[in-house]
Amino acid sequence: MSLQIRGLNKGFQVERAGWQPVLRDLDLTVEPGEFVALIGHSGCGKSTLLNLVGGLLQPDSGSITVDGVVVKEPGPDRAMVFQTYSLLPRLSILDNVRYAARAARPGRSRELTDEISERYLTAVGLWEHRGKRPAQVSGGMAQRCAVARAFAVEPRVLLLDEPFGALDALTRAKLQEQLVELWSGESETEVVLMVTHGMDEAVLLADRVAVLAPPPGPSLMEVLAVPIPRPRDRRVLVDDPAFRAAQRALADLLERDDSAAA
Amino acid sequence: MTTTAEALAGSRETVRVSPVTSPSRGARRRLRAFAEAVGLGMSGALALGILWQLVAMKAHDVPTPVESLTALRHLLAKPFYDNGPNDKGIALQLRYSLQRVFSGFALAALVGVPAGFVFGSSRRAQQALNPIVQLLRPVSPLAWFPIWLVAFRNAPQAAVFVIFITALWPTLLNTASGAQSVPRDQRNVARVYTFGRLAYLRHVLLPHAMPDIVTGLRLSMGLAWVVIVAVEMLSNGTGIGSFVWIAYNAGDLAQVAAGILVIGIVGLLLDFAFLRLQRAVTVAEVHS
Repeated sequence: MSLQIRGLNKGFQVERAGWQPVLRDLDLTVEPGEFVALIGHSGCGKSTLLNLVGGLLQPDSGSITVDGVVVKEPGPDRAMVFQTYSLLPRLSILDNVRYAARAARPGRSRELTDEISERYLTAVGLWEHRGKRPAQVSGGMAQRCAVARAFAVEPRVLLLDEPFGALDALTRAKLQEQLVELWSGESETEVVLMVTHGMDEAVLLADRVAVLAPPPGPSLMEVLAVPIPRPRDRRVLVDDPAFRAAQRALADLLERDDSAAA
Repeated sequence: MTTTAEALAGSRETVRVSPVTSPSRGARRRLRAFAEAVGLGMSGALALGILWQLVAMKAHDVPTPVESLTALRHLLAKPFYDNGPNDKGIALQLRYSLQRVFSGFALAALVGVPAGFVFGSSRRAQQALNPIVQLLRPVSPLAWFPIWLVAFRNAPQAAVFVIFITALWPTLLNTASGAQSVPRDQRNVARVYTFGRLAYLRHVLLPHAMPDIVTGLRLSMGLAWVVIVAVEMLSNGTGIGSFVWIAYNAGDLAQVAAGILVIGIVGLLLDFAFLRLQRAVTVAEVHS
């Protein structure tokens, strides 16, 4: 069972510019236990694809299924982490996590949800800061809270929309490690789909990198496998020929796309 | 080497000392600014008083400031006396007015805040209601007085409903604008985590709209206090408005002037209370 995207099309009516196709004939299968990164120049529809999988948008045609069930709306089998953290400003860190988890999993007992919320907040090192409001913590802590919130729902699919884009390099590196630890460790989450701008991030984290192309032509340009065993250590990987090869291949793909667009 | 080290230590010392002295200097500056503001405010009042005195000396119907202040002192000396429907102490009259204002205001909040949520969150509701709201909003709430009189056959109750209409529009429209401006990312969070209506209201809509709601309530209260005087003048019964009207009919303009001062002071206090509430809400927002 897995995440399957078949023949996906999505466009938007733009004022004065008319109909703009964003995603064209996109097929993508993410296998269980797989981490897939989505990369491409801006305007290629990465975030649109993520919002479609999240159920925030409806496709014009084609289908998205999670474990064989067609995605029609947001649901607890999928959780999202947004680029802008998107914490609710009036709630404490803890309440941001547990209220979202309670809302997403109404069938689960409150005690269990609170226990799970505590577990993930502890895992991202925020349990001591649980009483603070989002504005009282750093961007890195806010995003860790957003990650804990997503995991506390115990989704099958985790959707990440440039989650670390707004963070400094050191914080980003730390969060990347925490994310992979949570995903590969205790969590129920099997599949991760992450939109990113960073080629290094894509190669470091993903099992496969899907390169999207802007219109016209089909959306999916190529899916690049990253055959590097886990756990991956960024300090060691810098000198790893496989890592370098994957980086170069990705850079070539994006550059080819660049010249095609120009 | 040691001398430079000492010099460095010394300079560091001065750096450390200066923030300790600066708050007191800042406090002194603030005190001076405050004294200046008070002084200017008092000279403004004094200038108005002199102008008033000059006018009163020319036109003999107009009471002098001293006469008015004397009348005010007499009012405040016996605020609770009650000699029947046309002759009551100023505190009793104020109580009538404030009761009506708060009843109408509370009713308007009860209707206006939920209606504002609907108005602000649903485009269809907005399209359905906007023509009515825009048509009725510019109408003076006093124009409703005859309708409420016919409906209730009771002037005080009609006055409460005039205040209700007065306070309704600012409350509704400000709440609507707060509800409308919920950021997309917060709405997305509510959708992704499948918040129910109640959770959305409690955790997203209400907290986000709260500063705008309080702003609307403050505007409503200000207007309500303005309008109550007029309604009570029309209804010729009790309350601060009819107090002023009775004083006019008795030819006692000093009493009228004293009434104006009382109305102003109460209005100021009401606005101050809501300003404090507004600040409390906005500060919480900034820190959140």
